[in-house]
Amino acid sequence: MKRLSSILGGTIAGALLLAGCASGNTNTTDNTPITLTLATFNKFGYSDAMLAQYHTLHPNVTVVQNIAATSQAAQDNMFTKLAAGSGLGDVEAVEVDWMPKLKQYSNLFVDLSTSDTKGRWLDWKSAAATVNGKLIGAGTDIGPEAICYRSDPFVKAGLASDPAGVATLLTGDWNNYYSVGQRFTAAHTGTAWFDSAGATFQGLANQYPNFFEQNDGTVIATTNPDVKATFTSVLNASSTSSAHLQEWSTDWNAGLANGAWATMLCPSWMLGVISGNGPKITDWKIASVFPNGGGNWGGSYLTVPTQGKHTAAAKELALWLTAPQQQIAAFTTTGNYPSQVAAYTDPALTGAMNPYFNNAPIGKIFAERAKAVKVTPYKGVKYAAIMQAVQDGLTRVESKKQTIDASWAQVVSDIKALS
Amino acid sequence: MTTSTLVVKDLTRRGLGLGENLGRWDLKYSPYLFVSPFFILFALVGLFPLLYTAWVALHAWDLLGGQGRWTGFDNFAFILQQRQFWVALRNTLSIFLLSAVPQLIFATAIAAALDTNLRNKTFWRMSVLLPFVVMPVAVTLIFGSMFGERYGLVNRTLADVGLGPIRWHTDPLASHIAIATMVNFRWTGYNALILLAGMQAISRDLYEAATIDGAGSLRRFFRITLPQLRPTIIFVIITATIGGLQIFDEPRLYDQNGLGGEDQQWMTMTIYLYKLGWTQLNFGRAASVAWMLFLVIVAIGLVNLAITRRIATGEGRTA
Repeated sequence: MKRLSSILGGTIAGALLLAGCASGNTNTTDNTPITLTLATFNKFGYSDAMLAQYHTLHPNVTVVQNIAATSQAAQDNMFTKLAAGSGLGDVEAVEVDWMPKLKQYSNLFVDLSTSDTKGRWLDWKSAAATVNGKLIGAGTDIGPEAICYRSDPFVKAGLASDPAGVATLLTGDWNNYYSVGQRFTAAHTGTAWFDSAGATFQGLANQYPNFFEQNDGTVIATTNPDVKATFTSVLNASSTSSAHLQEWSTDWNAGLANGAWATMLCPSWMLGVISGNGPKITDWKIASVFPNGGGNWGGSYLTVPTQGKHTAAAKELALWLTAPQQQIAAFTTTGNYPSQVAAYTDPALTGAMNPYFNNAPIGKIFAERAKAVKVTPYKGVKYAAIMQAVQDGLTRVESKKQTIDASWAQVVSDIKALS
Repeated sequence: MTTSTLVVKDLTRRGLGLGENLGRWDLKYSPYLFVSPFFILFALVGLFPLLYTAWVALHAWDLLGGQGRWTGFDNFAFILQQRQFWVALRNTLSIFLLSAVPQLIFATAIAAALDTNLRNKTFWRMSVLLPFVVMPVAVTLIFGSMFGERYGLVNRTLADVGLGPIRWHTDPLASHIAIATMVNFRWTGYNALILLAGMQAISRDLYEAATIDGAGSLRRFFRITLPQLRPTIIFVIITATIGGLQIFDEPRLYDQNGLGGEDQQWMTMTIYLYKLGWTQLNFGRAASVAWMLFLVIVAIGLVNLAITRRIATGEGRTA
């Protein structure tokens, strides 16, 4: 028995060493060689060449990048190591949806504001990472949304297939997007209209100022009629139009590689995901349009946890990576659209084309899409957990485990269990 | 040698009381001193965290914010009312049974095969250990994509043979089997080697005598090998129980979210604990789940103990 308990206890022991071991912040203005770790997820567009360039500028600093597969994995890793008080990267990437949770613990992060950073970002972007005047996250990108589509199935279905034609076709509200989907599905091209109910739901959720929570943090997800209506309408559309492949799953990645669906919501950072997963698909194009106006999905920040050994050097790195020049370079590599105001007038951005998407003028398209974003959704402490519960509910219906009503009932009880 | 004894004698003569006491203490307490490292270590990394976890479980406790107000048994009451807790318990036991039972049977069979007169013995023995050397994360990633529902290797092969796809990531039982497969892949060879060591310790005289009496190889296996192997089997069962009930890596990496599936199909107790503590930052509830898991392991441990006793007395009778 002692063995059992010691093993069980040991597992918990590591976790219980709460922030007890705060490490000192050594200043590294001298030239001692140091290595900084940069922890990101998905595709941030920080290429090896860019990190090598930093090494040239700062010969004593070597940057190593660790990339997590999903934002969820990065999030779990971050909270585990914040609680342990050690183990995080010197610079840690954070997604906007879980930024609110971190803002409660702003003392664990270095203030990134300097005289240079004033007015560097869009106001709402830096406001979402500021606690009582302390800037804990340096904005990287935002996610203005367009529609990405594959032209071959569109041709097969007898629909317009050039970007301008598709943009006209999809101008309108979500019902219009679904009904074009019905027409597309009726043509039996062997390709689904969109990838999953979950991904599509993200597009809708980001168009409401208060979807899951009120500005004071009160959870309204279970009572807000918009949430249930959206849940139901997305699932009704998905019953005929979806490939039923849960976003980010192995099957979803394989689905991208095989061209299993014809359209998808396309925040700028999705471009790198599509081209990375589907190198053999040649007919992806981008239409500068989005159902019901505009929308922003995701976007990230770089933070510097105080537990790091070289916080001053890490801050310097984080601010360098989030400077307009580097974010424009990231945009041309993976499509992550900068959150830096100065970048928007730079010809390197406005004239950017993407060869994978049949030379789509992505600089121009996403500038338009960014202008179309009218709503800044409020995301509170529980946003990420509620979104996970709702996404689970959508997947349960898509995998035919439950009916819409049964699944919604379970979503409601899962959300109530979060309190 | 002689000088040292002389010195000791000298010492005892001069400081009579102290020397005598030292000698007595030496005799009385040295054994405790020698075993103390284990107990000190156990108290530090076993007992203290265990009790501290109980303390955490009785409070509202934020992962990063720390201790909140005293809540008594509220956390336990909450956990026991959650559907997810009972699903987690079901999943844990199901995956445990699906992995432990076949694992033991296959490991015994492999060990028996290795125990025969093979050429290149060491080669074969090392080969069965190979899967154990592979990182669990790598195993899970490979198996995870093999068990993909639409594009996975397993379902495609099934389709080629004309069978319908199995919903590895949707159906609870199918997901448990997939996860148990990963566990078995890693641990069967390891257990086979332990059983093999046990088999080699069995006196060859017994086999010779049985062969002379005309017992076939199957009969020798069931009548000699298995009964003689009981203590080793018990050891393997106990370690498999501890590992099986705390299973985490495999279900955690089975899909992209690592939270046990959209309907908690493969969410085990440890995943539930992790979800409460690290995703919802509710450390108090996570600690109460840890205690519930501890109680489950204790219960199963007691069952093991009872079986061990019965087998031990059984051995006494046969010997």
